[in-house]
Amino acid sequence: MLRFLLRRGAMLVATLLVASFAVYGALDLAPGSPIAALTGGRTPSPEVLAELNARYHLDDPFLVRYWNWLTAAVTGDLGQSIPLRENVSTLIGQRIGVTASLVALTSLIIVVGGVGLGLLGALRKGPVDTGVVLVSTVSAAMPSFAAAVVLQFLFGVRLGWLPVLGTGTGFADSLKHLVLPALALAATSVALVTRVTRTAVREELDKEHVQTAVSRGLPWSSVVRRHVLRNAAIPITTVVGLTVASLIALSAVVETAFGLNGLGAYLVQAALNKDFAVVQGISLVLVVAFVVTNLLVDLAYALLDPRVALGSRAS
Amino acid sequence: MSVPVQAGVAAEVLDPVAEVEAAAVRGGLRRVRLGVLGWVSLVVVALAAVLAVVGPLVRPFDPNLSDLSFAYVGPYGSHLLGFDGQGRDLFSRLLVGARTTFLGAAFVAIVAVAVGSGLAVTAAWFGGRFDRVVSAGLDVVFAFPGILLAVVAAAVFGAGLLSAGLALAVAYSPYVARVLRSAALKERAMAYVAALEVQGFGAWRLCLRHLLPNISGLVVAQGTILFGFAMVDLAAISFLGLGVQSPQADWGVMVSEGKTGLLQGYPMESLTAVLCIVVVVSAVSFLGDRLESAGKQAHR
Repeated sequence: MLRFLLRRGAMLVATLLVASFAVYGALDLAPGSPIAALTGGRTPSPEVLAELNARYHLDDPFLVRYWNWLTAAVTGDLGQSIPLRENVSTLIGQRIGVTASLVALTSLIIVVGGVGLGLLGALRKGPVDTGVVLVSTVSAAMPSFAAAVVLQFLFGVRLGWLPVLGTGTGFADSLKHLVLPALALAATSVALVTRVTRTAVREELDKEHVQTAVSRGLPWSSVVRRHVLRNAAIPITTVVGLTVASLIALSAVVETAFGLNGLGAYLVQAALNKDFAVVQGISLVLVVAFVVTNLLVDLAYALLDPRVALGSRAS
Repeated sequence: MSVPVQAGVAAEVLDPVAEVEAAAVRGGLRRVRLGVLGWVSLVVVALAAVLAVVGPLVRPFDPNLSDLSFAYVGPYGSHLLGFDGQGRDLFSRLLVGARTTFLGAAFVAIVAVAVGSGLAVTAAWFGGRFDRVVSAGLDVVFAFPGILLAVVAAAVFGAGLLSAGLALAVAYSPYVARVLRSAALKERAMAYVAALEVQGFGAWRLCLRHLLPNISGLVVAQGTILFGFAMVDLAAISFLGLGVQSPQADWGVMVSEGKTGLLQGYPMESLTAVLCIVVVVSAVSFLGDRLESAGKQAHR
């Protein structure tokens, strides 16, 4: 186990190093000087230019700047947004809560809704199962931005039940503002988890060890819990983890659609405004979150399935 | 037909020609059963493809001609779906918008499949260190979700369909490569490959003429699945304002532009564009599922 953790940890660090280099390097190559944004198109005098270059270390060689950025980033300092003259870490800190709660609420919906619907479909054959398949087929075809406008129209404009724009103030109000975005973000993933759960539980129900358990007279609920779900949990956990990881980037779309003041929407704004320090910072945070989530999925998979050999690499 | 083979291999290779033929059936798409839904999906996709080509030619009105006095007016005379917020003919904009949505996604899928299958086959063929380097490189690209890569690309190269499409193609190629690499490894270990190698066939010819055609079923399935993903992601990127640029008609742009009207109680533009995307994407992903399960069955 320790060897597995160490090896995966080393791979994680290597991946992040290369990824951070790619993000920093790509934005460094981008045409246009960050100074132009600062001076608003006017040509600064040579003294001012030299002063600005010195302040933002724009004269240093690329590798030196990358190294300084990376070492500072490890300590939580992601540099300065040149147009806003603010610390990128501060800007991220103000918004990360919204994105984190959005992803958390969405994950909750995905797990409860997806596993619940999947179990329902697998255990109750007939019309209930058909209904589950129908719901999951429709929601599987709903990209998050499409789900966003449909939900905004139905629950916001037509029914007026829930707010459709903005972040809200206070706990209850903020939560209310997150309901529709979380549903929109969850639509496709709930369908995926429902399908995987339904298939996995069905397959497990047909296996001999389940028949044995039933014929031994074990109560049905305990057969489902201890024999069926325990085994079906392996594919379910994998698909839940992978879909939750994919939410991290998709949150940008939903946040923009609902005018939420989160990291993703801010990343899009920064990309449009060419605020490179912010793009670098948020990209790094999102990549770290994505890679760490994927690692956790692998760990959960290894813990749930003792057959997975921790020492060797699955090909 | 007798084929000279090494004595050591001969015991395993009973009939290399029969094996090549079996592999061709394995790789091909003959076993796909479409069913009613499959045919409906095929018709939907074919219709969308035709629209993507001829849409701009058959549109009844100029999609960019705006007349503000008609803003948000519903279906009216020959204007089948009415007008958008700027008084432009909605039906014409939907017809024209099929082009960027469909061809953009096709571009992404083709580039991703070309890069991914190229990497997969060369990695499986050469193996060893080359394989390890390619796999490690793919792992790094895996760390970038497609949308994130597209946003970064928009920041670097400016917003537009080309940078978004290239970013998505790069982000998708590891998915293709991973699936195809394991299939290519299995093919590589087949006796017919060894038999052809012994006969002095070059690596290029063998890979292009024999190995790749034998996994073509999986290649097509992967391409179809990615095509569906690409349509969704490209539309999402255009929705964010980083892909196709307004005033050009594109389904993703129309969802985003129609939002103002939607929030004021005039949902026609957003919802018709959403409907177009959802219908075509469902059809594509249904076909992709069918092709993939047929391909998987053949590659057991």
